[in-house]
Amino acid sequence: MKSWKKIVGVACTAVFMTSVVAGCGGDKKKDAANSNEIVIGAAFELTGGVANYGKSTLSGVKMAVDEVNKAGGINGKKIKLVESDTKSEPSEAGNAVTKLVTKDKAVAIIGPATSGSVAAASQIVTDNKIPLMAPVATAENITVKDGKTKPFIFRACFIDPFQGQIMAEFANKTLKVKNVAILYDSSSEYSKGLTAVFTKTLEKNGGKVVASEAFLAKDVDFKASLTKIKATNPEAIYVPAYYEEVAKIIKQAREIGLTCPMLGSDGWDSPKLAEIAGPAALNGTYFCSAYSAQDQEPSVQKFIKNYKAMFNAEPDNFAIHGYDAAMIVIEAIKRAGTTDGVKVAAEMAKTKDLQVATGKVTYDDKHNPISGAVIIELKDGVQTFKEKITL
Amino acid sequence: MNNIRKQDIMSLLGCFVLFAVMQLLIMFEIIGPFWELNIVLIGINIILSVSLNLINGYTGQFSIGHAGFLAVGAYTGAIITVKLGLPFELALIVGTLCAGLLGFLIGLPTLRLNGDYLAIATLGLGEIIRICILNIEYVGGASGLMGIPRETNFAWVFWVGIFVIFFIKNFINSAPGRSCLAIRENEIAAETMGIDTTKYKVMAFTIGAAFAGTAGVLFSHYFYIAHPASFTFMRSFDILTMVVLGGLGSMSGAITGAVLLTGISAFLAEYPEWRMVIYSITLIVLMLYRPQGLFGNKELSLKMFKLGGDNSGRTAEGK
Repeated sequence: MKSWKKIVGVACTAVFMTSVVAGCGGDKKKDAANSNEIVIGAAFELTGGVANYGKSTLSGVKMAVDEVNKAGGINGKKIKLVESDTKSEPSEAGNAVTKLVTKDKAVAIIGPATSGSVAAASQIVTDNKIPLMAPVATAENITVKDGKTKPFIFRACFIDPFQGQIMAEFANKTLKVKNVAILYDSSSEYSKGLTAVFTKTLEKNGGKVVASEAFLAKDVDFKASLTKIKATNPEAIYVPAYYEEVAKIIKQAREIGLTCPMLGSDGWDSPKLAEIAGPAALNGTYFCSAYSAQDQEPSVQKFIKNYKAMFNAEPDNFAIHGYDAAMIVIEAIKRAGTTDGVKVAAEMAKTKDLQVATGKVTYDDKHNPISGAVIIELKDGVQTFKEKITL
Repeated sequence: MNNIRKQDIMSLLGCFVLFAVMQLLIMFEIIGPFWELNIVLIGINIILSVSLNLINGYTGQFSIGHAGFLAVGAYTGAIITVKLGLPFELALIVGTLCAGLLGFLIGLPTLRLNGDYLAIATLGLGEIIRICILNIEYVGGASGLMGIPRETNFAWVFWVGIFVIFFIKNFINSAPGRSCLAIRENEIAAETMGIDTTKYKVMAFTIGAAFAGTAGVLFSHYFYIAHPASFTFMRSFDILTMVVLGGLGSMSGAITGAVLLTGISAFLAEYPEWRMVIYSITLIVLMLYRPQGLFGNKELSLKMFKLGGDNSGRTAEGK
């Protein structure tokens, strides 16, 4: 029994000691990074609760790196993509990014997927002066702090209020409607934010909000609000909310004879919508999304074809943004001609009309991409690509 | 009596030496930022596992809601420094007290339960705390509380950790501590002997919760953010795993468990696909061959680390 304990004790000590020795050694060795390689770090949620977001985005990143390497790399240097797992947890994201920046000497970080993890990592990359590109984090405040743009944080997807703007443009230009009613969820920041931006853009384009009614999440009966809206004879109704309430709203609107088009946001994107509302009621409804596989744009179709060839799977919204994110970073390093974090970040901020998979990308002064969005029409409950709107 | 004092001084001296060595290694950047971060994380995990060990190991109450108290500490601490702009030291104290108070309030009703029922109740409470935080807009709701300054460093974690270890060691050797041990061994017998079991159970639970709060303050002030996703029941299980792996009711066990598991996790950062597989296999193998944990309820009795409650056990290095 005693020898047993001795073995366990010695084993533990041995493991611990090797860990310390190996760990310390590792930090120093990589100082002289191979000059023929450019290391880009990918910190993503590879395990844990939102691992599917992280994995999907990472495959898009991998594809972009693979393409660039096949085409000769960045100014003759190959890109080495080092992955790190954030375990779907913000503090672990800090851990993963610290490792990529200090141990692997990454010149730029792509990821993580969720906004909370990006926020946790943002101070670390700022301290180390390394740019971080968040492919799919939509929270508005991750690129700004106290009204100032964070110099090292970028994103590749649109932020929530942008959708309101897109939808107002769509109402004005495609549907050619002037009088729009709004039904929004007053308990959700998302819904209120979209409503404000939509109203502003609509009025700028000469339109008018004829009625603005509020409801609360989990409400089930919307007939009172809808009857009020009906009395104002709107040409369209804007419902920026989540699919559960939206489905009921559409169903009840059709029941009381409101047949005008209904407009929405990416919160509509769920198969449940057709299940609850019924396919017929959904005719004449539109919502906006960042990406549709039916988009006939050559860059999108090329991306889908290459993605299928590489991974043998359908790409989703996350994958295409992962690809875009990597492309924006790589192009910035190319233009900067150096791997110095400050210069790369400055070049990234200057990104203008860069052709990526979802379209052409230009950054605004808050490091948010000004790019297009697609409008999806629901035809008999099936999502169909309607058109692409670029601002 | 004199003997004990001498030992304490020796231990403290040992701690100073260890601290000086580590601090020098960090200062001269022999230990890079990645390992420095993981050493701090190990320190925080040691505080967590040692405090949970007081509840689960020494008092024998099966609590799996430790992440909840960690969250309370993390958030109260962050409110003190970020929202109120008060110093970090105060945040540490307030975070500790708040978590302790909550532990006391929660402990009163739930510790009348035992075994599986207590486990379920604490699991639920941990989740309730998290869901509450998720819905409080003042602390950022689902997007977490951001912009917390990095106040925690190796020195803070080290000395707070030493304090917690000594506190719990002394508590276990005191009269209330011995009552806790008696409750673990046989609750009915303890009650028959005139021990107010609820009182001592609540006492252990409160102290454990309070120190989890301390760890929370250190945690949120190291990682810049307090986010509900960091305090799920998986975190509670992580801490529990450290304690069980090291050996329930062993201080050295809890410390080793924390070091080992955090270390393994940091090592396998290079192989994200394999991390969970290797981690799980390690646990399965350990439980198959050492179901009582690495140390059982024995203590590592290297002279400078004489931290044990019961001094019966001596393992390899002690000889």
